[in-house]
Amino acid sequence: MIVQTIAFYLFAAVTVAAGVMVISARNPVHSVLFLILAFFNAAGLFVLMGAEFIAMVLVIVYVGAVAVLFLFVVMMLDINFVELRQGFLQYLPIGALIGIVLMAELVLVFAGWAFAPEDTTVKAAPTPPAAEATNTHALGNILYTDYIYAFQAAGVILLIAMIGAIVLTLRAREGVRKQRIGDQLGRGRDDAVELKKVQPGSGV
Amino acid sequence: MVGLAHYLTVAAILFTLGIFGIFLNRKNVIVILMSIELILLAVNINLVAFSVHHQDLVGQVFALLVLAIAAAEAAIGLAIIVVYFRNRGSIAVEDINLMRG
Repeated sequence: MIVQTIAFYLFAAVTVAAGVMVISARNPVHSVLFLILAFFNAAGLFVLMGAEFIAMVLVIVYVGAVAVLFLFVVMMLDINFVELRQGFLQYLPIGALIGIVLMAELVLVFAGWAFAPEDTTVKAAPTPPAAEATNTHALGNILYTDYIYAFQAAGVILLIAMIGAIVLTLRAREGVRKQRIGDQLGRGRDDAVELKKVQPGSGV
Repeated sequence: MVGLAHYLTVAAILFTLGIFGIFLNRKNVIVILMSIELILLAVNINLVAFSVHHQDLVGQVFALLVLAIAAAEAAIGLAIIVVYFRNRGSIAVEDINLMRG
């Protein structure tokens, strides 16, 4: 139990510290790397809670795909980040004010809130005992049955996002020679061959 | 003993950091997108914490859906940034007024 507590505080502290560094690092590449650190430690928190599947998906999807996408874009674009940081301190007071207000609201909500007495009996999908099914198994059992429409909708949204990203970034370059099969196949004898009557001795 | 309250506190701090980051980096769209990812991570921690506390798996299902939406949002957002940079040579937020919105 003590090990769990130590692990929680370690993961939580590193997650929060990495979150601070994400928004305050000078170099956006460092921001992305701290974002990866934050995701890894959040995955650690999920493992501590017993949600292993979400933890692994977080590592695979966020660290493997999203963060690398961020890194790719940051490195691909030639941006003057020093210029973008101007006014950083100017926005600090208003940002801090809104952050403090939001935090105070969250604390107030948190302090004045309690579970309803019947909350232990109302369950949409009770977690089976760990001996019966692992987290992944139990999640799969309800994700592909009760929540199949939500699952399919998520898939459709990802498909739309994929098509949208491709359509947005694909561009036809000027001056690139490509094989145009339609033109090749549509080429007839009349376009290709011309018969000339050549008078002897006069040339074409 | 680490309980629900601890996880909710971490999530609340992360959420606030995300909002704070949006205000702090008002010129840099990439960092704003990263702040949105932090916010969604905080939401996921909340969902999973309640799911584990209630012994109810639905929270984890919805955490998965939030994850899918976050990935889609990041892909589209970064694609828009790339296209915008190609057209204007800058990603400063205050230059984005082509539509005069």
